[in-house]
Amino acid sequence: MTSPHVLAFEQATEADDTRLGGKCASLTRLIRAGMPVPPGFAVTTDAYRSMLGHHGLYERVHAILEHVPHGDVAAQADAAQSIHAAFATTAVPDDVLAAIAGQYRALCAAEGAHDDLPVAVRSSATAEDLPDASFAGQQDTYLWVVGTQAVIERVRDCWASLFTARAIGYRDDRGITHLDVLMSVAVQKMVNAQVAGVAMTIDPVNGDRAKMVIDASWGLGESVVSGEVTPDHYAVDKVMLGVVQRTISCKVFEVVADPAERCTVHRSVPVERQNVPCLNDAQIGAIARMAKQLEKRFGAPQDIEWAIEPLHDDPNGRLMLLQCRPETVWSQKKAAASGGAPKALAGMEGLVSSLLTPVRIRA
Amino acid sequence: MSQKKFPSPYELPAPAGADNWRSMYPYYMVFRDELRADEEAKFWFCDSQHWPNPFKPFDSLTVEFAVKCLGQYNTRHYLVPPANGIEYRFHNGYCYMSPVAVPPEQIGDRVPQFMQRAGHYFANWNSLLDNWYVKVKANIAELETLSFEPLPEVVPLAWVTEGRGIDNTVPLLAEYDRAIQLCYKTWNYHFEFLNLGYAAYLDFFGFCKGAFPSIPDQAIAKMVQGVDMELFRPDDELKKLARLAVDLDLTSILQAGGAPADVLTRIAAQPRGTQWIAAWEAAQDPWFNFTSGNGFYSDDKYWIEHLDIPLGYIRDYIARLLNGDNIERPTADLAAERERIAAEYRELLDADNQAAFDGKLGLARTVYPYVENHNFYIEHWAMGVFWRKMRQLGTVLQQAGFWADAADMFYLNRNELRDALFDYCNAWAVGAKPIGPVYWAPIIAQRKTMMKALATQAPQPALNAPPEVITEPFTIMLWGITSESIATWLGEGSTEGVLKGMAASPGVVEGKARVIRSADQLPEIQPGEILVAPVTAPSWAPVFGKIAATVTDIGGMMSHASIVCREYGLPAVTGTGTASSTIRTGQRLRVDGGAGTVTLLD
Repeated sequence: MTSPHVLAFEQATEADDTRLGGKCASLTRLIRAGMPVPPGFAVTTDAYRSMLGHHGLYERVHAILEHVPHGDVAAQADAAQSIHAAFATTAVPDDVLAAIAGQYRALCAAEGAHDDLPVAVRSSATAEDLPDASFAGQQDTYLWVVGTQAVIERVRDCWASLFTARAIGYRDDRGITHLDVLMSVAVQKMVNAQVAGVAMTIDPVNGDRAKMVIDASWGLGESVVSGEVTPDHYAVDKVMLGVVQRTISCKVFEVVADPAERCTVHRSVPVERQNVPCLNDAQIGAIARMAKQLEKRFGAPQDIEWAIEPLHDDPNGRLMLLQCRPETVWSQKKAAASGGAPKALAGMEGLVSSLLTPVRIRA
Repeated sequence: MSQKKFPSPYELPAPAGADNWRSMYPYYMVFRDELRADEEAKFWFCDSQHWPNPFKPFDSLTVEFAVKCLGQYNTRHYLVPPANGIEYRFHNGYCYMSPVAVPPEQIGDRVPQFMQRAGHYFANWNSLLDNWYVKVKANIAELETLSFEPLPEVVPLAWVTEGRGIDNTVPLLAEYDRAIQLCYKTWNYHFEFLNLGYAAYLDFFGFCKGAFPSIPDQAIAKMVQGVDMELFRPDDELKKLARLAVDLDLTSILQAGGAPADVLTRIAAQPRGTQWIAAWEAAQDPWFNFTSGNGFYSDDKYWIEHLDIPLGYIRDYIARLLNGDNIERPTADLAAERERIAAEYRELLDADNQAAFDGKLGLARTVYPYVENHNFYIEHWAMGVFWRKMRQLGTVLQQAGFWADAADMFYLNRNELRDALFDYCNAWAVGAKPIGPVYWAPIIAQRKTMMKALATQAPQPALNAPPEVITEPFTIMLWGITSESIATWLGEGSTEGVLKGMAASPGVVEGKARVIRSADQLPEIQPGEILVAPVTAPSWAPVFGKIAATVTDIGGMMSHASIVCREYGLPAVTGTGTASSTIRTGQRLRVDGGAGTVTLLD
């Protein structure tokens, strides 16, 4: 029952990238690289096209956007509302519905769930070749989605998210044709993270390429990504893989799943856990090794999202990779970073200059 | 909270019973009242890394020779641009040092001379070093020719008949002077390459810190450090002998123990025992010229004179071999790891800096073996011979009634000893009694009491107000004295129950502490314990196979504890300042050798 509308992550090849959008293509690339990415599938751009082609949705959206004056923020907001309504009231084509439902059930079965596997549903637009392209598709994310019906509704929301006021405005500013950007949607098993965060394989402060930094906090990574908590900060030497710096913060709240309500909730971290390091050395080492492997694989510093699921037979849990993209800030000013630092003098001159430069040794 | 400065030596009283300690040392080695303002303006740190115990008067010559010779190479041979030598003073028996910076306006003028002089050494390192080995071995051979015999009843008849015109005191006094001269020369040689070795290391070190601001010091050390060093050779010889004993089926005799002479006799009587004895004897020259101390003290025990020490280690190794343990250092793994680390950092650099990296690492690796290997030839071998010969002299004077025990001689400093020797010669010539026995007896008795009293009090880590920043490269490299370590000693930013030091060798380990204040306590160490000591010595190598981690009071990345722990893959935290006095044997610790912390768990 293969359908062009869905594609399991592990079955995707590079040739599928254009119909997967940036996010899904990246996830499938990571899976092909052997990384521990939570299983899932893409609702391809074919499904999106099929939706647009159904009941004249394409024409309606086109007509709404045609009348939005360039730079008119209020009109963009109105258009966004109208398009959202149009998506919400247009029935998803039957073959698309069947494909999503079938693939979701297959995912549930593979994970030992009875059609109720909690998943994350994320938009994955095709404008990723543009710099700062994440805005072009407004990367909507819905966490803890459970059941076929809910998944389909969230897929529909993701499609519509291509037309939020902000996304319309963004494309308007840059002269991108609205309907040229296509949307794929990632449906991926939720990681029930006990701790999660981000990592970067370069020091974002000074561009030190031998250093990796990890920010981590309790619960799902949302609190770290959104900047709502001050996470623990760990710095790791890329070659030695030892922790070179450790700053433990007071982590007052966490985002966790509420299985009963089928959603995520913000809740206070119990006092006894607030000031406790949320990663141990083994976990830091695992994240660092994974990040280093990713940098090596993709040939440039990477920016990573990760999460650790609890396991009953291993106190260190299971490390999962949620996202990986090239680091942009230092990579763009490359030469200013370490390695390109003022050229060191060679020979005796270099030696004299070293003797005359106060050295500091970490105590 | 914390004091902002260390005490002044002028306000630091002697322990009870040691008030007169200054009388033991040369006048220029103590803080003098006339110079109080000058001396208090300088910052002094205690070198308990090399010298963890108070000095007997004679032994102070190692300090003055060593530190003076260190200075001469900076100041007069190579003109190291920013650094002159290091001043040294004794206080309450311990040695404190203060680096002498070059005035900023003179630094520039020294650069061309340094380039020429040091440049010559770097450019011709290997041939000059070959020559060093020749000189040093010749010097040791000369030390071996020293001989101190009691004066004869009469001048030999031949000397009379050939009209020599001198008596036996002339060569005896000359022999003493020659001994001192050879010891002095030994310390000259010690520093001929050492300062330059550190300079090249620092050059690479500074480069790495510039390119990778947070690179761990131990990563840099690992890229440079060799894996097959002569300093490990004595230990390797013991392992070889242990394996041979297993092969030749001699383990039960060695395991049974007993007086070394008896054990060796019993082995020789075995069918294949002579083969082992031959190997044992071959290993001794020169590798048993190895001290369980550090070569600076007259009471250091050298293996070659205390065969129970190497036999004990061999016994340990045999037990581990029979237990199926691997007793080898993982040299192949270490070599591969060293190349991996260097290649990975190199890969993070652009092409220009890769070339600089290659050059500096290459030079550091060229010079580095000296930094580690000289120790065997100087502190162990040459000084071992020197102390042995000096004990001979002690016996001569003991027999002449100067003191009850030959080792009492070391309670005289080297100038006093020459006086005593002349007293002996004089009395012999005159045909009267020497004055020494009555003169020295009460002094030696008092000094023995003082030495005991001094040893009861641990030294202050430093004296006076610290400077704003410590920048003198050798101080940082050799002693691990940094602005940060000083802040730690002053208790700034300290956490209850956590000692901070230098992250000398990576890894995290929990275990029970074993506090060792002298090499004689080494047999107390149980497998899996964490060694806590003021400082460690290379000859402790055999215990590194059974401990879980090391913590020391003083020492930098290049201290012996750091080098050996990296070699054995054990966590180490050095330069904690106070670990050996803060931690009790049996206390549970967590040692984080990557973070440089020691947590007291109970």
